[in-house]
Amino acid sequence: MATELKCHVGIGPTARGKALVADDNFSARYDLDRINGVFSRPQHKLAGQSYRDVILVLNTAKGGVATAWMLHEMTSRGIAPRAILFNSANTILAQGAALAGMAMCDRFEDGDVTQLIATGDDVEVDPESGVVVIHNR
Amino acid sequence: MKLSDEEKAMLAGEFGPACQWAIKHQKQVGRMFDAMDMVEVSQAHMMADPESLGDAGVEFVESIAKDGAKVAIPMITDPRGVDLSYYDPLGQTEDMANLERRFIAACTRMGIMMTDTCINYQTIMPPVRGDHVAYGDTGVVIYSNSVCGARSNFEGGPSALAAGLTGRTPRYGLHLDENRRATKRFAVTAQPKDLMDWGVLGATVGRKSGSYWEVPVIEGIEKAPTSDEIKHMGAAMASYGSTPLFHIVGLTPECPTLSDVEGERLKPVTVTDQDIADLYQPFGAHGEAVDVVVFAAPQLSLVEMGQVAALCKSRHRSETTDLIVCTPAQVYVDAKRMGFVDAIEGFGGKVLTGTCFYQQYAREIGEANGWKRLLSNSAKIVNILGGYGYLPALASMEDCIASAVKGQIV
Repeated sequence: MATELKCHVGIGPTARGKALVADDNFSARYDLDRINGVFSRPQHKLAGQSYRDVILVLNTAKGGVATAWMLHEMTSRGIAPRAILFNSANTILAQGAALAGMAMCDRFEDGDVTQLIATGDDVEVDPESGVVVIHNR
Repeated sequence: MKLSDEEKAMLAGEFGPACQWAIKHQKQVGRMFDAMDMVEVSQAHMMADPESLGDAGVEFVESIAKDGAKVAIPMITDPRGVDLSYYDPLGQTEDMANLERRFIAACTRMGIMMTDTCINYQTIMPPVRGDHVAYGDTGVVIYSNSVCGARSNFEGGPSALAAGLTGRTPRYGLHLDENRRATKRFAVTAQPKDLMDWGVLGATVGRKSGSYWEVPVIEGIEKAPTSDEIKHMGAAMASYGSTPLFHIVGLTPECPTLSDVEGERLKPVTVTDQDIADLYQPFGAHGEAVDVVVFAAPQLSLVEMGQVAALCKSRHRSETTDLIVCTPAQVYVDAKRMGFVDAIEGFGGKVLTGTCFYQQYAREIGEANGWKRLLSNSAKIVNILGGYGYLPALASMEDCIASAVKGQIV
């Protein structure tokens, strides 16, 4: 049993893990305690949750350019998501994924990815093909 | 993606390993955004503070620099994370300073000019209309696109470095005419009065725009803002909305009329007093003790330095409230010469050079100095610092200084 979602061709290697999903936006600088690997911004819908080794599923990017370096820095310490999926990435997130070697995809054909995937889903991301598979349904 | 013969040679490694990394990186990013080819750029501007870079980022930049790589175009830098003349008193460590020193050495080896500013459009060399550039710092990009009519995407540090090395960037996003047309139309009813108001308006429009790929056009601005006012507006809009370009009807260069950006087909959304109040509401904290007042994000122009200095004259801050002011080295020299720095420091404030507060290990310096409640007139900085453990509040420049005197938010 598996569901296949089509998206735009993305960046980075294939990745598989448990999904962590929120209808919210993302900036590594604004939202994260990168030392402890948790969302730290009190207003974020994932506040207090660990992002380590998950497939992060969010709406879009916000804020500044720092995330481009920060994804690389987070990956170098092994405290990073395995992949990030957006409805719409911005340039910074894509550039950061390219440097970090992190999987990233956006623009899903079937609609809002934060509704298509649920927290805890077993998700596999193939950026080269633009395909995301939900293995548990 | 179509590459020229020169670009193919870069890809083949004929221009050295640094240039090869750069064009490979650009191809990856260009593919994700459907770039058909590359476009030459006249300048690059790199955001790379040591907190964002970490050890891994500095090692990466050193690896790029070690083979004798040189930038192909004028390349400048965003604020640093450590003012090397004043870091121990802030609670920054020798390790932080050393990371900064290593990064500066690597950049200098590559021929990058360490301007350390996010207001290069006020201090170094503003781009001109139609000028393709590769700028980092969202405030720099939105000002350059919107006010100058230049063409840049948000180029994060790695991509700005790549553009500096290759002298080009993938042609996607705001390098293309079709992505510069308005997609959201806003009508303003209340006129902003000061820098904070312009920032709050920008933040409101950014929040309502909500995506990098939206281009707001704004109607109803009755009087041309100053460069500082529109700087705060743009910086806040980019911060809240990831917005890289806006138009103001009758004011910004690509929008003499609404139809020039095809805005007449869009339904206008009114920016109401309630919208402004909703934006401001989380940042109101009248009567509460304030630990630190910050003027930064963006760095202060000479005019802003003069305004802060005038408010500081013949007054002194409370013993329980610090004042931090961030300005670039280009401004500091004149501000010192004109007595502005002395006035601010006579008040008990500290002027930091070439840094910006939120880019300089904000969490660590907050903990080291016991700063929790922070007050600023920058809608951008209060948006950022909640995630760093601060309780940020917003007030006009006048009220910020009055609050610093009283030790509590007036």
